[in-house]
Amino acid sequence: MTINAAANFVNIGERTNVTGSAKFRKLITAGDYTSALAVARDQVENGAQVIDVNMDEGLLDSEKAMVEFLNLIASEPDIARVPIMVDSSKWSVIEAGLKCVQGKAIVNSISLKEGEASFREQAEKVRRYGAAVVVMAFDETGQADTFQRKTEICARAYRILVDEIGFPPEDIIFDPNVFAVATGIEEHNNYGVDFLDAVRWIKANLPHAHISGGISNLSFSFRGNEPVRAAMHSVFLYHAIGLGMDMGIVNAGALPVYDDIDPELRELCEDVVLNRRPDSTERLLEEAERFRGGPKMEEKKADTAWRELPVKERIAHALVKGITQYIEEDAEEARRQAKRPLDVIEGPLMDGMNVVGDLFGAGKMFLPQVVKSARVMKQAVAYLTPFIEKEKEELGLTQKAAAGKIVMATVKGDVHDIGKNIVGVVLQCNNYEVIDLGVMVPATRILETAQETGADVIGLSGLITPSLDEMVHVAAEMERLGLDLPLLIGGATTSKIHTAVKIHPAYSRGQAVYVQDASRAVGVVSALLSDEQKPQYVEGVRTDYARLAEQHARAQEDKARAPLPTARANRLNPSFENWKPVKPSFLGTRSFREIPLETLNQFIDWTPFFQTWELPRRYPDILTDEKYGEAARPLFEDAQRMLEQMAKEKWLEARAVVGFWPAAAEGDDVVLFKDESRSERIATLHTLRQQMQRTNNRPNLALADFMAPIDSGIPDWIGGFAVTAGIGEEVMSERFARANDDYSGILAKALADRLAEACAEYMHMLVRRELWGYAADEKLSNEELIAEAYQGIRPAPGYPAQPDHTEKKTLFALLDAPEAIGLTLTESYAMWPGSAVSGLYFSHPESHYFGLGKIDRDQVADYAARKGMERAEMERWLAPVLNYNPHRAAKGEAA
Amino acid sequence: MPITRSKTEDTLRKLAAERILVLDGAMGTMIQRLKYSEEDYRGTRFSDWPRDVKGNNDLLILTQPDAIRDIHLQYFRAGADIVESNTFSSTTIAQADYGMEELAYELNVEGARLAREAAAIAEKEDGRPRFVAGAIGPTNRTASISPDVNNPGYRAVSFDELRIAYAEATRGLLEGGADIILIETIFDTLNAKAAIVAAEEVFEERGERAPVMISGTITDLSGRTLSGQTPTAFWYSVRHSRPLTIGLNCALGAREMRAHLEEIARVADTLVCAYPNAGLPNEFGLYDESPEATGSMVGEFAEAGLVNIVGGCCGTTPDHIKAIADAVRPFKPRPIANPPVKMRLSGLEPFELAS
Repeated sequence: MTINAAANFVNIGERTNVTGSAKFRKLITAGDYTSALAVARDQVENGAQVIDVNMDEGLLDSEKAMVEFLNLIASEPDIARVPIMVDSSKWSVIEAGLKCVQGKAIVNSISLKEGEASFREQAEKVRRYGAAVVVMAFDETGQADTFQRKTEICARAYRILVDEIGFPPEDIIFDPNVFAVATGIEEHNNYGVDFLDAVRWIKANLPHAHISGGISNLSFSFRGNEPVRAAMHSVFLYHAIGLGMDMGIVNAGALPVYDDIDPELRELCEDVVLNRRPDSTERLLEEAERFRGGPKMEEKKADTAWRELPVKERIAHALVKGITQYIEEDAEEARRQAKRPLDVIEGPLMDGMNVVGDLFGAGKMFLPQVVKSARVMKQAVAYLTPFIEKEKEELGLTQKAAAGKIVMATVKGDVHDIGKNIVGVVLQCNNYEVIDLGVMVPATRILETAQETGADVIGLSGLITPSLDEMVHVAAEMERLGLDLPLLIGGATTSKIHTAVKIHPAYSRGQAVYVQDASRAVGVVSALLSDEQKPQYVEGVRTDYARLAEQHARAQEDKARAPLPTARANRLNPSFENWKPVKPSFLGTRSFREIPLETLNQFIDWTPFFQTWELPRRYPDILTDEKYGEAARPLFEDAQRMLEQMAKEKWLEARAVVGFWPAAAEGDDVVLFKDESRSERIATLHTLRQQMQRTNNRPNLALADFMAPIDSGIPDWIGGFAVTAGIGEEVMSERFARANDDYSGILAKALADRLAEACAEYMHMLVRRELWGYAADEKLSNEELIAEAYQGIRPAPGYPAQPDHTEKKTLFALLDAPEAIGLTLTESYAMWPGSAVSGLYFSHPESHYFGLGKIDRDQVADYAARKGMERAEMERWLAPVLNYNPHRAAKGEAA
Repeated sequence: MPITRSKTEDTLRKLAAERILVLDGAMGTMIQRLKYSEEDYRGTRFSDWPRDVKGNNDLLILTQPDAIRDIHLQYFRAGADIVESNTFSSTTIAQADYGMEELAYELNVEGARLAREAAAIAEKEDGRPRFVAGAIGPTNRTASISPDVNNPGYRAVSFDELRIAYAEATRGLLEGGADIILIETIFDTLNAKAAIVAAEEVFEERGERAPVMISGTITDLSGRTLSGQTPTAFWYSVRHSRPLTIGLNCALGAREMRAHLEEIARVADTLVCAYPNAGLPNEFGLYDESPEATGSMVGEFAEAGLVNIVGGCCGTTPDHIKAIADAVRPFKPRPIANPPVKMRLSGLEPFELAS
């Protein structure tokens, strides 16, 4: 690619000039702008360094045609890379053209024809628009023909431009008029010489100014004899350039090199051009016919080598280069080769778009090119659509509506929409219906539209930083409103990591997917809208996001921590205005035995069950999963059979103990009172506080934050529970072990674990609705229960919100779990039997699960002191969450 | 009527010959810190405005003038010689998003006035002359790119619509006391060219030519503007405005901007101005480059002789500006390039023709 073209002679093509090219005139008057652009592209490929655009045709609205064509050129980077010459004899057309070019153009032309006033005015405007200017040697009395007139007019124009207007002299190009020679009229014979002399004079007398001319006029008499015309032009240019002419309107690629011209013809031409002999015209006329049939001037072909490639590669080439010219032809050829017309879209076209996407991603293509590629795609699809429809009819398929409906918007506060538009087009190319809401669209409008139109997917775009937060907001609103549509995220500041860490967690009902670029949008949307592909695709996304989130969390945790006082100051202060804690139906503990397994069955979350068997798909989709379904179905049947047997034959007993106590937050701890007088403390539950440095408004959480503070005077309660479904588990396992039935043994244990979890779920429901009763009206399906769509949480010690297992000691003491349900703790605070769950109940509507992340030395010391434990011992229990190496002394302690 | 060059331009050129001048940092970043609510943006005057206005930072000129003046003052105190008025989007076109087209002129007048007031305070404090650059942003529409790929010849905004909107903004800025017109964050050179024509028209009305600063934005990995131009092609496209400065801002941090800045510094026969972002945004869209880091990279621009005026764009704060001012202080300003006289044209790429 030419980075900084420099030249001594600028070759200006005249093939996009309706007065210079009949072909171009026909195309423009017929409105065939696609082919007209191809002409421009050819010119640039043939080496034109500037392209001349002229629309001066009587039947045309020249102003409109100029604007239309220049705007189209602006969308063609292969053409727009070179400067434009805005060419018209009408000032209004020139001015309209200047308003369309971002680069520095050349105006062709202005002159003194209508006097100094209008010349000044136009020149001043050209200066303001920022263009160079061709000044014709033309004044109030007419076009300059002689050397005298040419130089006089040019000198006068130069003075006005440079001295009066301050026009940069290097941006002035004089056209001293090339007139036809060898016309048979004697006074025309010296026109070539007059021009050449004027060139010499201007170079010597008007500093920095340039000289141009329309060369083809010269050979007007030899119309129809291209070899002779070309030779005349070449000879003339050879001399003019030698004298300092530095620009010419020449058909690029059509000129022979001076030295390659037949010497005889060259001399004949030179005699004419330089007016060297009185009979030169006659001599050339006589000999001209001899050269007519001579070797044709090799017109350099546009680079069409790619047309020789196989059709698939041609399609890719057309997409990458954004060439629509042959796409229908190529699509047709590909269609004939393909089994089904749709295969052309899904095969070569999408492959080509992927190449575009990759190049764009790698910075090897830029925006206008990608937009062009989309257009090629769309035309190909439009061509293929009737065939696809026809096939459907023939196959008796019902008329299929759009493949899906996508609501797209640039989020509130953001006005950038180019990327979004591209995605919209690409999707439409692929038969999706796109409802584009435009820019600055508030979440409510996006979601209302999605609901009203029955959209299948929502796509959000944004370029500026605050849009990231707005996207999280939209996701959270979708969650709140109970939508489950896939949510596509795209735009310059968005990222996979942000989607994974911020947006995805805000939207658990549906799936947020980061779409890196437009070329990938179709793949993502089609996967999300395909019943077959969706579960697997979503699973893949979720796994990927979980991994990213984990990596991110780790990376974050290696970073500096907020000092404990800072973290505490940033605690969550949940509202107790909108939420009045509810007094439980009883205080103290209550235990439950022989909870019917049949009851628990319906609370089982089967997805983790299959994960245990290394079948990583969601239930119930897994049963019909292409890859895993075959393995999952018999397993599930076996599990159902075993559960039935377990219940009937009472292999296992499920037990639970729950308790409620008046309680209040005191700093990061929760103190429990003996009774409602809240005077006697019976226990303290310790919680840990997040110490990540918060750059947003998010709090540094501790579980204690979900309780009413002790000094608030608001009565609040906490609950605790321990459940097991493992009573009898040991006996059962042994039985299978003896029978060498590993399959059933593992199955039974896996089921026992699921039953314990189900028991915890079941008890939690009882607690919410009856035993504590803070959500007496709750009505949720099993799926919603598994999705934790209820109020309140039941965090377990040893899990992310409270990684300290030793807290189980306090809990078990409060519940008297060993006595109540036969559940004990090992010295490592593991529960025994193993199929068991224990934890705390928080009722506040703002309570939610969170991960503690890494904590620092200051909190560990504080926490150990609160618990009355040695710091070293505490560090042992908290090892996985320490942000420091406890074996290395702190900086302050080292000295 | 003859148009005279304003004295400010001579003053600025004289100062710039002595030392590297300092521009301010980000306004948006400072406003974000204030965490204004929809109500704060509305103030009392626009309490009943039918559309949301949060995010219309320019509106704060009218509703939170003290805060905006204070931000300007913070930048002056941090070492800025020039601050930009908070008028990036104060055109009828950009304000149309909020239905506030009618406020455009007032925003420009008041925006310039607030910055001028801050300048007066700062000048009084230490006796150093301060300048206000009236900021003119790109608007949210592009004159040379079609928003509709099926209709590449379509344009959502015309040159004349832009010219009229820019002229109004320019008129307001000069009326409010702006010393300089700063056409900045140029994604699409055709928009900038409309702003240049507009400025010329207003200068003609007023009989005086204010200094013009022009700052483009290289938006992507290809090293081009959004509308596809290379840095040199961009310079050739706007050189006719005879600007006080040419340069780059936004989209890139100092590190990524350097190569493109160097290209401009090599070819531009006027002062060069650079105000990069505080690095590239991290994956959360936040700019986290420290003042020291930005300062040292911008300091290197100065050491390498690439710049005459420096400042900061997105993510930079008074601390960054102080670091930048400290970092460039030891170095001489870039000597203005003196390229041979040639006709220089451009499409998306530059072209030159030897005389």
